[in-house]
Amino acid sequence: MSLWNKHAIFEKNSVVLVAGIIGVVAIGGIVEIAPLFYLKNTIEEVEGMRPYSPLELAGRNIYVREGCYNCHSQMVRPLRDEVERYGHYSLAAESMYDKPFQWGSKRTGPDLARVGGKYSDAWHVAHLVDPRSLVPASIMPGYPFLFETPLDFDTIGTDLAVQAAMGVPYTPEMIENARTDVIVQATLDDPDQASLLERYPKAQARSFSGRSDGVITEGDALVAYLQTLGTLVDFSTYDGQANVR
Amino acid sequence: MASIGASPVAPGKRMTLGEGGSALAFAALALLSIVVAAKAWEAAYAFHAYLFAAGSVAAVFAIMNRYNERSATLPPQEIDGKPNYNMGPVKFATVAAMVWGIAGFTVGVLIAFQLAFPALNFDLAFLNFGRMRPLHTSAVIFAFGGNVLLATSLYVVQRTSRARLAGDITPWFVVLGYNFFILIAGTGYLLGITQSKEYAEPEWYADLFLTVVWVAYLLMFMLTLRKRKEPHIYVANWFYLAFIVTIAILHLGNNAVIPVSLFSAKSYMVWSGVQDAMVQWWYGHNAVGFFLTAGFLAIMYYFVPKRAERPVYSYRLSIIHFWALIFLYIWAGPHHLHYTALPDWTQTLGMVFSIMLWMPSWGGMINGLMTLSGAWDKLRTDPVLRLMVVSIAFYGMSTFEGPMMSIKVVNSLSHYTDWTVGHVHSGALGWVAYISFGAVYCLVPWLWNRERLYSLKLVNWHFWISTLGIVLYISSMWVAGIMQGLMWRAYTALGFLEYSFIETTEAMHPYYVIRGLGGILFLAGALIMVYNLVMTVRAVKPVAEAEPKSPLVAAE
Repeated sequence: MSLWNKHAIFEKNSVVLVAGIIGVVAIGGIVEIAPLFYLKNTIEEVEGMRPYSPLELAGRNIYVREGCYNCHSQMVRPLRDEVERYGHYSLAAESMYDKPFQWGSKRTGPDLARVGGKYSDAWHVAHLVDPRSLVPASIMPGYPFLFETPLDFDTIGTDLAVQAAMGVPYTPEMIENARTDVIVQATLDDPDQASLLERYPKAQARSFSGRSDGVITEGDALVAYLQTLGTLVDFSTYDGQANVR
Repeated sequence: MASIGASPVAPGKRMTLGEGGSALAFAALALLSIVVAAKAWEAAYAFHAYLFAAGSVAAVFAIMNRYNERSATLPPQEIDGKPNYNMGPVKFATVAAMVWGIAGFTVGVLIAFQLAFPALNFDLAFLNFGRMRPLHTSAVIFAFGGNVLLATSLYVVQRTSRARLAGDITPWFVVLGYNFFILIAGTGYLLGITQSKEYAEPEWYADLFLTVVWVAYLLMFMLTLRKRKEPHIYVANWFYLAFIVTIAILHLGNNAVIPVSLFSAKSYMVWSGVQDAMVQWWYGHNAVGFFLTAGFLAIMYYFVPKRAERPVYSYRLSIIHFWALIFLYIWAGPHHLHYTALPDWTQTLGMVFSIMLWMPSWGGMINGLMTLSGAWDKLRTDPVLRLMVVSIAFYGMSTFEGPMMSIKVVNSLSHYTDWTVGHVHSGALGWVAYISFGAVYCLVPWLWNRERLYSLKLVNWHFWISTLGIVLYISSMWVAGIMQGLMWRAYTALGFLEYSFIETTEAMHPYYVIRGLGGILFLAGALIMVYNLVMTVRAVKPVAEAEPKSPLVAAE
């Protein structure tokens, strides 16, 4: 009986065939995915990484909702031209609280991993409302509606609580103050700013859209998120060799 | 004695467990949906809950109505010793495939021109590229491709098993449920409901519903195989099974989320950052490998030998390339993450396995092409067979290009550029869509029992117009992608970056226009096809005899 005939067992029994398929397709996934959860050097130890503030998280959700990832990556590769164009290459640690990740797969527009602080708030607002008013050759859609729609953040505390349940280090204090933290961060010189900064170091707090009527729009949240991107880790003190573990 | 006011009930007519159970389940789902709709946090989610409620009520009504109309006994498994095939759901999926196909190609043309002429975004939330692009990818992959896979798999498993589909309600639940999922997914993108995982954008409730539909699909498929009259499971069904089972595993792994609330569409991934990236491309690449490859290879293994009236070239090759293909494909995901923050060892594994994947891919191509041994002359006379043969050639080309692009140095140039987009479309248009067109051109006359297609001449026009479209598409994307990759890394003599990002965007414009024109030609070809199919059903004479086809000859 040749080996070929042995294959008949798969051809004559659909349950055996399905079991064989599951066994064969399981191997690659297990080998490539499982170690990423326990090999220490997968995620670098860095200083400065913290979960998103409630306003930044709300902005991130707008980024996801509008499908920005379809055209913008958030992953600077360690290639000479990319490091010169965008800044230090991205670390795994920098997206450790990203649920889901936003590395992207296409650069129809430039990478945004380090866009934070590169442009002023006013630039971002004008650019989001009408990209071609600032960059005549831009092919980006305009998002004027973001600055006309008030941000819905009544339940943002629940968002934090759900993430905390999955291991993101949001404290009960952060969850409790989530709603007020949104208001504090979107207001210029709010008296409670110090406690916000204690909870979320390096958080930038001001009226991002420059509105003076106190309305926090979806655009405010998005700009707050963009201005945070890539700013949490201080690369002047980062030592890549220390993470070879 | 005449009964007044009530339809005559046949003696002994009883509701089956399936009918009663599914009616009850849908009634419960309707109630739950109404509660959710009333308490939903977001208007878009409330809209979806109402859709679920309406769909469930319609399902209950359809089940009851069907029960009232049917005779006391369920349709027999066999009539006069011949299997009583259940082709209703197959017909539905075939029509749905063409409808969604036209929709998906149209959206594709629109977003192609949005990139060339951004005014076409109209700066409206639901028309912006960011929301339209997932609509396009889901419409062509899951709505068009998915319905082709449903239609062909349910047809092939019945014919090759010589058995009626298992279940009475289930086949309709699978086909209608799957299309309802598409409706939820598509409207969700336009309303801004997405979890942003490429090719897995639908939110948790749509994913849960799809899981139920998919499990029903798997069980129905396996139970139909169990009723088969043939001792061996035909090779096409191996591929269909690998597709159904593996997509289920990938779907569960990549959609591991916790919703913020039962009353919110929003959820957060269990995985984060680098692990989430790996899980995503384990899913994403194998959506290509198992949805767009294994499933469509199954189509090849049935429809090419059938149309060419030749046996499959090599039985042994089909065994080897089946197991090698499904084993190797799973490893290839990390090639989407070269030079990222994913650990190097994972990237290297992904690259090595992607290169090895070339071999079983070409094994499939060889097995498909060589099936035409002794029947190559048919290419001159049968444009449907030509469509399928060209699709296998495109499969061979893109499965060579893919491993090449997975090599890290090549990828450092190609990644993030339109080269990837061109590569995907040589597979999607050239391979997936062409083998689908070929299969649907075969299926429609068989299902509607027509002597032949309305016009082979129109098939010829479809073939040449859309081939020209594909050539415009992929060659413009090659030029655009390689050029942009080179411009990004170009340095001046003084050692500065030569081009700003926006200069590279400007350089893309002519190629984006050419790509859009290619898309229009492809869409035009598909519209010719729809006309041809409609006329086939309307104007071609029915076949006199019900069972016109010879059984498949087993390969030696």
